[in-house]
Amino acid sequence: MTSARETTTTGSDNETDAALARAASGTVPVGRSPRQLAWIRFRRDRTGVVCAVIVACFILIALAAPLITKAYGKNPYTLYGQDDGLLNSYGLPLKPNGGIDGAHWFGVEPGLGRDVLALLVYGIRTSLGIALCVTVLSVVAGVTVGLFQGYLGGRTDYVVGRFSDLMMSFPQQLFFIAFTPVIVAMFVRPGNAEPTWIRFAALVIVQFVLGWMALGRLVRAQVLSLRTREYVEAARLSGASTARIVRRELLPNIWSTVLVQSTLLLPVNVTAEAGLSYLGVGMQTPTPDWGLMFQDAAQYYQSDITYMFFPGVAMVVFVVAFNLLGDSVRDALDPKTVR
Amino acid sequence: MTTDRRGAREPILQVKGLVKHFPLTRGVLFRKQVGAVRAVDGVDFDLYPGETLGVVGESGCGKSTVARVLMNLEPPTSGRVLYKGEDITRLSGPALKAVRRNIQMVFQDPYTSLNPRMTVGDIVGEPFDIHPEVAPRGDRRRRVRELLDVVGLNPEYVNRYPHQFSGGQRQRIGIARGLALNPEIIICDEPVSALDVSVQAQVVNLMERLQREFGLAYVFIAHDLSIVRHICDRVAVMYLGRIVETGGDAQIYEHPTHPYTQALLSAVPVPDPDARGGRDRILLTGDVPSPAAVPSGCRFRTRCWKAEPRCEERMPELAVPRAFRDSGTPAEHPSACHFAQERVRVLPGEEPVN
Repeated sequence: MTSARETTTTGSDNETDAALARAASGTVPVGRSPRQLAWIRFRRDRTGVVCAVIVACFILIALAAPLITKAYGKNPYTLYGQDDGLLNSYGLPLKPNGGIDGAHWFGVEPGLGRDVLALLVYGIRTSLGIALCVTVLSVVAGVTVGLFQGYLGGRTDYVVGRFSDLMMSFPQQLFFIAFTPVIVAMFVRPGNAEPTWIRFAALVIVQFVLGWMALGRLVRAQVLSLRTREYVEAARLSGASTARIVRRELLPNIWSTVLVQSTLLLPVNVTAEAGLSYLGVGMQTPTPDWGLMFQDAAQYYQSDITYMFFPGVAMVVFVVAFNLLGDSVRDALDPKTVR
Repeated sequence: MTTDRRGAREPILQVKGLVKHFPLTRGVLFRKQVGAVRAVDGVDFDLYPGETLGVVGESGCGKSTVARVLMNLEPPTSGRVLYKGEDITRLSGPALKAVRRNIQMVFQDPYTSLNPRMTVGDIVGEPFDIHPEVAPRGDRRRRVRELLDVVGLNPEYVNRYPHQFSGGQRQRIGIARGLALNPEIIICDEPVSALDVSVQAQVVNLMERLQREFGLAYVFIAHDLSIVRHICDRVAVMYLGRIVETGGDAQIYEHPTHPYTQALLSAVPVPDPDARGGRDRILLTGDVPSPAAVPSGCRFRTRCWKAEPRCEERMPELAVPRAFRDSGTPAEHPSACHFAQERVRVLPGEEPVN
């Protein structure tokens, strides 16, 4: 951190010198935007870059899941274990280490006998997809609410503030468990088959409804301190409308906070979604999903620990990488934070 | 010079009985007003085209609140602010927007008055976005460059960000933004107090030059008496929300009649060590009373060495004291004191004037 700060100062000194030199030679001096400076700082942070690469890999794998499974020659729905006789009569893989061999690189699933690698690759799509939808919705809602709450103040602030307090007082896990089936039941008549997207939408809705308040409050607090800055007043003096002030003066200045918070929110949502699947109210078999893999693995861990190993490691790596990425982004955007 | 202007023209800005009280409330659900901070409590002054009116006073006397009310950033509790005879405190919407073109502001702190995420070109050009009638779209870039040139910055800096400039340069950018809409009045709220002394002079000289070039009228709020004397045609001294004395700069600086002004001037540092011995400093005791509990009668009586029971009973009006009325001397200017008196040798180092 210290070294990064030193380099920034020397960087600006060099820049001033360079600017002087350029001014002397009569050429146009370049202006580096705060965003460009943050990018330069981020590139110097090795942990951050490594984590960014890991996260990018996960996203790439999720996007390219059909291609990967095609090249690998398996799909996540075929019951290889049962069809090819890889499971014993208790449903456990015959081969050691969860049935790892040349055909099934990460082994086969106990019970149903699906391919673990294919499940894992498709599982990212579900987990990350839901988490991403929840994060995007929460960020959009939280930022909008926080901005107007903070800037308008007064009664708006009071009413919206109490509403978000109310939402925060709900016990999250209980609410998810209780309301996911309710929302699903609203769309699907009992006895009918339940399409996967309805479950997906229900999970997004419940998590979003209880997920936007934290960011909303944070943005409000930031805006409260920004709205009395003199440049906001200068814009008001020029006759700028509220919408313009929010868009041009406030939003660009809270953008870094929002970016940091959303990179920290996403892994939280990934684990929350996995938790719900584990508790039985998330995605349902046979949809590939990390949380469901945990749930399955928990039944078999005494006899087949390998099956828990892969989703476990994948999730830990993803969450840790994303959190560290969030920290690096924060350091890059706010070089004054010393930790 | 001042009198010429006054005789020739109507005031461009008139402030009449301006009052701004901030309510003090108690209670969470049911707010109850328990008092008020009387930040500004009856201020009157006129501003004539092309002149500079200085407003001086110690911290917390309501100078900045006056500026904020003049700029319509805060609604006044009562009183009127007339721009060319039109009360601007009651305006809203397009009418207010039109008036704002003519009254602009230069802020105190150049480090918070520029948006760190916008380039200099965007900051100076922002008023053109809001008032498209001032500059046609294709012309804006050129206008911004012109403005930067006018305030003495390299026009090539348009694509730079505020963090790449020093305090003095930032203040120039702030001035360029204030000039963008060709205003007639610029309110300067301590425009140089955040800058170092060497840069203060540059910025003040720049402001004087701009005044000559564009015929601007300034309301110049400051607590640095020497700078106010340097730039201002007329000076108003504020104490605890009211103007206690007002007059031309020579009248105030050389012939002050209000005890507070005399005390304030005696605190001006003297650059000559030898003159300090013969210097007659007035040391005020006690603190400025809280504006939430203003003393009865004359506000200054709690710290005034001349205070008598009469000061507690009757609030002195801001008018030419009877002793100097029609005297024709420079001491003939409004002063809110029952015992207004000229004090010899107020500015040490200068010859006693009589």
